[in-house]
This record gives sequence, C-alpha cells and structure tokens, in this order.
Amino acid sequence: MVSNLIISAQNLDLTFQTNDGPVHALKDVSLEIGKGEFVSFIGPSGCGKTTFLRCIAGLEQPTGGQISVNGMTPDEARKARAYGYVFQAAGLYPWRTIGGNIKLPLEVMGFSKAEQAERVARVMDLVDLSGFQKKFPWQLSGGMQQRASIARALAFDADILLMDEPFGALDEIVRDHLNEQLLALWARTEKTIGFVTHSIPEAVYLSTKIVVMSPRPGRITDVIDSPLPRERPLDIRDSKEFIEIAHRVRDGLRAGHQDDV
Amino acid sequence: MFKRSVLPVLTVLGVIMALWYAACIPMNSAWTIQQLERSGETMTVSEHIADTWAQERPRLPAPHQVAAELWDTTVMKKITSKKSLIYHGWITLSATLLGFGIGTTLGVLLAVGIVHSRAMDMSVMPWAIVSQTIPIIAIAPMIIVVLYSIGVQGMLPKAIISAYLSFFPVVVGMVKGLRSPDAMQLDLLRTYSANKSQSFWKLRLPASVPYLFASLKIGVAASLVGAIVGELPTGAVRGLGARLLAGSYYGQTIQIWSALFAAAILAAGLVALIGLLERVTLRRMGERP
Repeated sequence: MVSNLIISAQNLDLTFQTNDGPVHALKDVSLEIGKGEFVSFIGPSGCGKTTFLRCIAGLEQPTGGQISVNGMTPDEARKARAYGYVFQAAGLYPWRTIGGNIKLPLEVMGFSKAEQAERVARVMDLVDLSGFQKKFPWQLSGGMQQRASIARALAFDADILLMDEPFGALDEIVRDHLNEQLLALWARTEKTIGFVTHSIPEAVYLSTKIVVMSPRPGRITDVIDSPLPRERPLDIRDSKEFIEIAHRVRDGLRAGHQDDV
Repeated sequence: MFKRSVLPVLTVLGVIMALWYAACIPMNSAWTIQQLERSGETMTVSEHIADTWAQERPRLPAPHQVAAELWDTTVMKKITSKKSLIYHGWITLSATLLGFGIGTTLGVLLAVGIVHSRAMDMSVMPWAIVSQTIPIIAIAPMIIVVLYSIGVQGMLPKAIISAYLSFFPVVVGMVKGLRSPDAMQLDLLRTYSANKSQSFWKLRLPASVPYLFASLKIGVAASLVGAIVGELPTGAVRGLGARLLAGSYYGQTIQIWSALFAAAILAAGLVALIGLLERVTLRRMGERP
C-alpha cells in the first residue's frame, strides 16, 4: 500500500472502436502513485503509456475498471485543477508572448490580473525564463519553448504534473539539461510527476518509480521502485545501481515484446 | 531590391504596352481605310499607324487614349460632376463597402455556426456552395426587382448583390481557420476545463485570423464585381457599372476602357489596403517578420 495515495488505478481497461475492429489500448492496468513520486511510463509505441496518462487527466474515458485522482474521478480532479499537463510539443500560441502563453490557464480559470502577473513572474523564474516574458515563441529555441510550456502547466499550482514525452523532440544535450532542471524543479516544488518517455536512461535518471509497459494489449509488465537517491547528479548514470536498473527496464521491455519477435 | 522587383515588373508592363499598341493597328485600321476611301486622300504607313492610335471611337483604344480619358475624368473634373470618374467610383465604392461589410459579417457568423453546430454544418454549407454556382448576372436583376417591389432601392440592392458574392470566401476561409487548431491545442484547453466560448475567443478566433485575411482579399474584389453587376440591370445612371453600360450604348470605347481601368485600380487599392491591414495585424500578433 502506497502512503499518501494520489493516483490509483484498478483493473483499468480501455478499448477503442476503430474501423479495423476494437483496439485494446489498456488491459487490466492497476497502479498506485503516492504523493511526491516521480513515475515514468516507458514502453514501445502502442503500449498505452500516453493513453494511461490521458485517462489520469480525464482526456480519455476508460471502458472498464476504476481510476481515482486525489480521491476523485479524473473529471472532478481536472475541474479541481489537480494537474498540469505538458504535451510532446510545446504548443505555445504563436500570437501570444511567452508571458501571455503562461497566463492562458490563469485567464481561463479566472485569476485576478494582479495574481496572473505575480504567478507568471514566479513560474518563469522557476523554469529560468525570466526576461523572456515579452518574446514571442518563434524567438525561443525548442528547449526554451518546452520550458515555457512547463511553466504554463505549473502556473496554477496543481499538485500533479503530467508530462507526455515532453523532451522527445529535443536533441540529447538539451534533453540532459532539461532533465537536470526538471529534477531540481521537482525537488523544489514537491509535485507528483507522471512522465511518459521512450528513453530508458531518461526514465531511470528521473524516476522514483518506473512503469514498464508493453503493447497489444497495452499492459504493465514491470514496476520498478528505484533505489537511487533523490539527489541525482548527471554522472549518477555511470553508477552500478543505475546500470542495473536500466538493465531491468530493458529486460522488461524485451519480455513484453517476445510475442512479436 | 530594385533589380529584383521593379525591373521585372516594368519589363512585363512594357511588353503588355507594346502588344497593346500593336493590336490597335489591325483593330482600327479598317476605319482609317474607310475614311481615306471617302475623302480620296492618301497616307504614308507611319501616318496610317498614327491614325489607328488617335481615333475618336476606335474598336480598341490605345493606352495613351485611355490614360488621357482617365486623367480628364478624374483630375480635370469636379468630383461632383456627372462626368467625373471619382464621382461614379465613389457611388460604386460605397455600395461595395456596405456589401463587403454585410457579406463579411454574414460570412463570419455562418462560419461560427457551422463550426459549432453539426446541424448547421450539414445544412448551411451545401446551400452556400449552391448559391455560388448560380451566375450572378442571372440573379442580380431578380434581387433588384424583388427589393424594388418592397420599396428598397438605391445603394442597398447593389450592396446585397455585392454581399452575395463576398460572403462565400469568408465562410470557407473562416470555417477552415476556426477548425485549424489541432487536437493537442484543444486538449490543452480541456485540461483547463475551458468552456466553448473560452476556446472560441482564446484559441479558435485568433488562430483563424490569417485565414480571414486571405478570404477578405478575395471577398473585397468579389464585392466590387457584385456592386458593378448590380448597376447594370437597372439602367443606373450613376456608378462605374453605369459608365460601362452608357459607354457600350453609345459606342464610347474609350469611356468603357477607362471605367474598366478605374474598377481595376479601385479593386487593386482595396486589396492592397487589406494586405496592409493584414501585415499590421499579424505583426502585432507576433508573426515572424
């Protein structure tokens, strides 16, 4: 039993009806996520990792099983502003400045003008973008844009941060840098983070818990509680523990793939 | 800059002028020959050619004749004069602008309805498309007759014909523009539990602005055509359409051509104005320079 349960899924099923017949995106997925955990979902395309994240966010409706977020249904949790969602692309509005983009959720949620300004300044500082408030998205690099989109997700102080391959489109060096920053951010804000990724090193480096998934039907094949300390310099990736966990993740991925190969 | 843009434009213009002058010779030669036969005089070849460029009622007026007529009927006439093209241009322009305003408003409203209501999507769009397959020249007299019978005349019937032509590009462009945000952007707003009106004002509408301007450029030119067509069937005495009509009644080819050019210049001016508005607006909306 996880202490301070934030997200709990029991026997979650999700079947999409498509023209080619039903697709089992999720089958019998059960998982518990505690407060302050950093949980990575890793697996090949079609394993349902994004779908699961979208179920937590209430963007998809499961066809079976139970899921609760902060003790509520995902829909209720969303209305209670339980989470901020970061998509694979930054998705900043090109017609808004960076500051204006970060203000977007605050406008939608009806924060006062003064509070909007105060929060925008605070989260921009949090992602190291102070001074870029008046710039337009095209004036920023891809990595900076993604940081702005993280700031946007943080602006309304949700306890949960859901991130769907946020650094997938960035190059290795920028990605390393952002991973470090994300860990620092996580340490400072004590948020609960759900993080979808394709990359084994990224998952092992960031997570306190790694959820290995496999496709057809999308299911969990392994859940690894990381023994790594919360404080993680980049060179921890050369340590024996790190390599062992990476091995276990790789084995999990391979096992899930056996029926295909 | 100069070599890249001005020079090619001038070259093309020069070629058109040369072709135009050349075409005047065979087109107007018959009249010159006829006159010579009547009077029994003779002309050298160069005199003959010069004459084809200087007739009072040529089949094809030469460029300088049209230019002189344009100058004479704009700069040299008081703008209140019935012979001033600026006067007639303003009559047509005012109907064009009113029609463009009506058409654009209608187009945007229809597009908003189509995007938000499946029923409207299924029912309005086919009719909008059908409306544009009917030749405007066929439907314009009927619009004028019907409106006249209920006591509406003057500028409004012309404006309605003009709106009839201009609403369509706006509908098509705005529907595309309002639907341009991708699934991810819509999902993002869902995660904020944004309602439909917030999605509209904060996402769909700003995303549609570039599409709107593209439509407006087509729409304003169509509006002008509509206003001119609206002047033809009534036998109107004012407006560029009336000038075209009168010119054709009395064989005043130079007047017809100058009215045509006035209409083209007006259309180019309107499109350029919208282009300028587009640049200013999109620059303010953070477009990459």
